[in-house]
Amino acid sequence: MISANLPALQVVLPLLGAVVCAFLQRGVYAWGVALIVTATMPFVAAGLLIQVMDGGPISYALGGWAPPVGIEYRVDVVNAFLLLLVSLIGAIIMPYAKASVEKEIPADRQAWFYAIYLLCLCGLLGMAITGDAFNVFVFMEVSSLAAYALIAMGRDRRALLAAYQYLIMGTIGATFYVIGVGLLYSMTGTLNMADMASRLGGIESSRAVLAAMAFLTVGISLKLALFPLHVWLPNAYAYAPSIATVFLAATATKVAVYLLLRYFFTVLGTVFAQQSLPIAEIVMLLSLAAMFGASIVAVFQENVKRMLAYSSVAQIGYITLGIALVNQSGLTGGIVHLFNHALMKGALFMAIGAVFYQIGSVRLADLAGIGKRMPITMGAFALAGLSIIGVPGTVGFISKWYLVLGALEHGWWWLAFLIVASSLISVVYIGRLVEVIWFKPVSAAAKRAKEPPLSMLLPTLLLVAATLYFGFDTSATAGIAAMAADWLLVGAR
Amino acid sequence: MKLDVIFRVAAKIFIPFMLVFALYVQFHGDFGPGGGFQAGVVAAAMVIFYAIIFGLDAAQKIFPPRIIELMVPAGVAIFAGVGVASLFLGNDYLDYSPLMHDPVHGQHIGILLVEIGVLVTVAGTMVAIFYSFIGRGR
Repeated sequence: MISANLPALQVVLPLLGAVVCAFLQRGVYAWGVALIVTATMPFVAAGLLIQVMDGGPISYALGGWAPPVGIEYRVDVVNAFLLLLVSLIGAIIMPYAKASVEKEIPADRQAWFYAIYLLCLCGLLGMAITGDAFNVFVFMEVSSLAAYALIAMGRDRRALLAAYQYLIMGTIGATFYVIGVGLLYSMTGTLNMADMASRLGGIESSRAVLAAMAFLTVGISLKLALFPLHVWLPNAYAYAPSIATVFLAATATKVAVYLLLRYFFTVLGTVFAQQSLPIAEIVMLLSLAAMFGASIVAVFQENVKRMLAYSSVAQIGYITLGIALVNQSGLTGGIVHLFNHALMKGALFMAIGAVFYQIGSVRLADLAGIGKRMPITMGAFALAGLSIIGVPGTVGFISKWYLVLGALEHGWWWLAFLIVASSLISVVYIGRLVEVIWFKPVSAAAKRAKEPPLSMLLPTLLLVAATLYFGFDTSATAGIAAMAADWLLVGAR
Repeated sequence: MKLDVIFRVAAKIFIPFMLVFALYVQFHGDFGPGGGFQAGVVAAAMVIFYAIIFGLDAAQKIFPPRIIELMVPAGVAIFAGVGVASLFLGNDYLDYSPLMHDPVHGQHIGILLVEIGVLVTVAGTMVAIFYSFIGRGR
């Protein structure tokens, strides 16, 4: 019974967990529930991934209504990989969360915080697992509304403004998405993604389908913060509670990227392949703009969380660049960077969250010399930073390696050059951080700092260890990413 | 307080009918327009109406904020609980057929329970939002 119902459990367990958290009303109990629920999620996702790798895609008819009519949960290699990523990040954060949340969230809101966290997880997993275009929208709203609430719980009053800004932008994105789905529904008469893809044959170049593609691309790009639609992201990440920043940075944008993959290659695969709209070219240009523009902006930030947020925009550029390359190596690079970026940005934000826990500030000036007081945390921070740069032996190198390969397969040596050149800018901002943290005299704020509790330190170190491990042993991550890329490219042909 | 006697009398006449109408919309939702969401809104409108006429304190005496806050997750719990029940009875999630002795009856009971869950959450959420707006600065 369990193995057959894994797709439903993947979404239902966080939902039930959120309900129980809301009933409990006590922060510690709610944390316990969230810990148990998130800890089971990776096992569910791993079970799904194993089933998919053994026996091909899984289809689950929700409510017993058969797929084209009813809502179908459909798991293939691509989203099984993503489900595993989101569940893993969701689980690794939880032990870390207790101390951080007790410090940052008022006591009467802690239970609600965990409830909303689980709802956000439920929405993200739902977006990834469902095979129904409208159901994606429902889960998108579940996760987005939860994300706005998570961000608004930041201690800084600017968190409210940031959440509001995200609310407006996110709602516009979701509206564009629904308009796109509505157009496709009017053309095909179905909301099931696979069914939609098969019914688009013959009408690929009709104006309504092209308009749908444009709306979907813009809507999803808003959600994944593709340059220049990223303006909501830096403030949202900078002023949210540390836990919310870690979680959203590592998962929320990644799920949106998955949606883009799903629409470009599976649902609208034939439309995308015939290139009547220059979408791949536009996405590539915007990705390059993100890689350079956002990296340069990151160099000049004084708030470290904001700096890392801009770095996220740049890194998302690498992922979308991989999508825009539309070949096996490029896609593999993009998909593996989904995973790798989640690991390294999660580790970076966790280390900064530990700093905030100790000194209550993330201003660069206050971090001066903190490496001498928190050597383990800041050592982890520096290693994850090296991964952002793409130093060999870290996961960042693997992603960029595949992206460069993808560019060279097209014969675009200039693009390979640009990928490497943009990494040099990340050397500047990561180098600036490392210089301030390790080589400046200890600031007044940093004098109070000491290593965070083990419950915060261990998850951070675990993520950093993963960035190093998957930098050497790429068979698991890049292997699955390559399978996913193959799977997607078949749909596009 | 003297001038609103008409409102008070009218409210006392209206409010029972509002509740009955909410339940009508709820249970008629199986066969016609209506359902848990609309019924929840009507029920919440009843509470809000009462609070406007008789004051927030009187309303919170009858519908304490603590209960209202618990209604929000309670409805979701009913909804998700029905789904889990069908899982345990060996069917897909939210497949109501095995809930009763025959599938048609099961589907009927299933959607009814789910809609009651929707009613509880929607009514609870609307009243909770109303309370938090009206309670600002008190």
